[in-house]
Amino acid sequence: MSRAHPVALHLGFLAVLFALGFVLPDYHHGNLARVMVLATYAIGYNLAFGYAGLLSLGHAMFFAAGMYGMGLAIRLFGADPALAMLAGLVAGLVLSLVVGALALRTAGVAFMIVTLMFAQAVYLTILLAGEWTRGDEGFVIQAAERVVLGVDLTGAMARYFAALGVFAVGLLAALRLVTHPFGKALVAIRENEERTRMLGYDTQRLKLGALAVSGTLSALAGAAYGLLFGYAGASFAGVQYSILPLLWVLLGGAGTAIGPFVGTLFMFYLIDLASGVTTAYMLIAGVVLVLLTLFAPQGIVGGARRLFPGWFP
Amino acid sequence: MTTKDGAKRGTTRRGALATLAGGAAAASLPLWARYTHAQSAEPIRIGFQVHRTGIGAAYGRWYDRTTQAVVEKINAEGGINGRPVEIIAEDDGTDPKRGAEVVEKFANQHGCDIAFGTLFSHVVIGSAPRAGELKLPYFVVSEGHHVASGMLNRYTLQPGITDVKSQVQAMAPYVAGNLGKKVTMIFPDFAFGHDHRDYFTDAIEAQGGQVLAHIAIPPTETSFTKYFPKIPRDTEVLYHVMVGPAVLTFVKELGEFFGPSAPALFGFIDSLEAVDIASPGLEFLEGSYFWEGNPRYAQSDQTIYDKAYREAVGVDGNGASVSDPKDVSTYAHMFGCWETLYVVKAGMEAAGYQAPADRGKLIEAVEAMTEMPEGYAHPQGAKLFNGKTHQVFGHQYISQVKDGRLVRVHTTSIDDGAYPDEVDYTKHPL
Repeated sequence: MSRAHPVALHLGFLAVLFALGFVLPDYHHGNLARVMVLATYAIGYNLAFGYAGLLSLGHAMFFAAGMYGMGLAIRLFGADPALAMLAGLVAGLVLSLVVGALALRTAGVAFMIVTLMFAQAVYLTILLAGEWTRGDEGFVIQAAERVVLGVDLTGAMARYFAALGVFAVGLLAALRLVTHPFGKALVAIRENEERTRMLGYDTQRLKLGALAVSGTLSALAGAAYGLLFGYAGASFAGVQYSILPLLWVLLGGAGTAIGPFVGTLFMFYLIDLASGVTTAYMLIAGVVLVLLTLFAPQGIVGGARRLFPGWFP
Repeated sequence: MTTKDGAKRGTTRRGALATLAGGAAAASLPLWARYTHAQSAEPIRIGFQVHRTGIGAAYGRWYDRTTQAVVEKINAEGGINGRPVEIIAEDDGTDPKRGAEVVEKFANQHGCDIAFGTLFSHVVIGSAPRAGELKLPYFVVSEGHHVASGMLNRYTLQPGITDVKSQVQAMAPYVAGNLGKKVTMIFPDFAFGHDHRDYFTDAIEAQGGQVLAHIAIPPTETSFTKYFPKIPRDTEVLYHVMVGPAVLTFVKELGEFFGPSAPALFGFIDSLEAVDIASPGLEFLEGSYFWEGNPRYAQSDQTIYDKAYREAVGVDGNGASVSDPKDVSTYAHMFGCWETLYVVKAGMEAAGYQAPADRGKLIEAVEAMTEMPEGYAHPQGAKLFNGKTHQVFGHQYISQVKDGRLVRVHTTSIDDGAYPDEVDYTKHPL
């Protein structure tokens, strides 16, 4: 087999997405923009779960931190949307450091429960701060507030390429990190934390770093989602949005850079098509997930990685 | 051929050719007419954003039945502009993210002329920005104040159901005049409850009354006993708007707390939509008062319009399905689907709507509407549409529980629910 060129492969993939922006029919054009932003969230999740082995059940809090950090900066302070995006990122970073500092004292099932509880606290905070957040109803980010550096994000093309930009940042950052010694150390922690610590690594600090990068990428996705689609709402902080990135990553292939995108795309269209057939579309999604777990436990890209070693880091 | 000056002219070659061409066109007229007819016989496609799953499923089921019934009636009456109406339903899972996706699907995949039918406020607010960007007229049946507040956009309208601000405000004169002026409010601590808290507090003060205490219940609460001691002793009216499955526990515990010496109870039927008022545990509600958007039980003075509407949708005199008496309807809200589609029909016909290029004309035609008299198209009652705020105003009903039935005791005037405009959407670009 020829020598693997994973960076070239991923850049080629981004080029395909770029080209698709000019040829896709309207409906799929819009869908792919959504999928790319959500896949950025999944990439963030994957850094913690797929590489560092941190199974969080509360990542929606980071997505929501980005969404509300951005949205409230505009709603309450009339911030410029570019600055508001930055506010969303900072909110995600700070929250992930705080949560990480506390939750990483636990591991395994306890870590899952602690992250779930933190996310629930964030969700309830959004509801209880209804005076500013409009609680469960959420609020609209008006069209006039969605012009970033002269680009009107309410247009289909601008939205698509902005989503692609966000996704490219996420994908390339993930690719860089996981091929970097930092990423290798995270994989080592996932495989055997005790041994990694014995080798001299400060595993606690590395895990905190992984969670911070993961949370910030999730917040980037949340902020971008709010800005591109004009809405911030508490439902995005609900437990469902903590479970979804786990499913996307499992489907696509945990511990692969491109797997989260594949999983998100697969799940999006699975629900879109199944909902046209039956109201029990989540049942269909569940059955497909079970089948995939049985027959492709490494996920879609995980399976491809076995066939083409070295291409899918 | 004779000219003005009376001089005769002979047949020219050009004239003969023109006559021939005209003759050929005339001869082929039936073909053209058939083509035109084929164009205009294309159905009007209405994207129905329905809560089939998720927390709004009970409402969605009845919104669906009402929509199917009104479309059948409109089609039997000749459709819209002579074209049949086709409903394209998509489940939004009562989720704002999926809601926005469904709106895109209507516009870009199904080629719908309009979108319609959303109830839950967060789904409306999450979907409306996309409807505005896609320039897809979006007729919501939500009763939220989001449309009239100016939060949304020119393509979002609510012409078939009144909003919560209007409903709550219209209750205050009756409550202050008949039940008492010292009110304690119990409400869920999220946006729906906050709307009631804010609008009713202002409205009762305008009637010379006062709210003694606001008791906000956290949304995760399953038992309410610990909140009841916070109700001031001199409370004359207890205003409650609990929703969701916990409402049965709430009423039961309220009964256990107060026994026979309770203040007057006033609530919004939203708490008990799709729930049989004669359910075990709800006995404590006997004698209490409710806002109803449309009286669930057929009243002694039932109009012919309500009778026809009820029959068409398949609802019996108790507000339940004619095929299953235990399947209680969401009667206080679902008329909004019926009336909205009649508004769409009137708007499309006024605008001469033919194709999506006429969507702007449709918006303008609906904005130009004002009075909507009570009738088969508006069985809930007469209404007044405000084109600037895209919100309709109408009568509200107050009913009392008597012998396990809701009996209407008061009908508000349209003016009771009026408030100053907060937006003028007609100034927004189309």
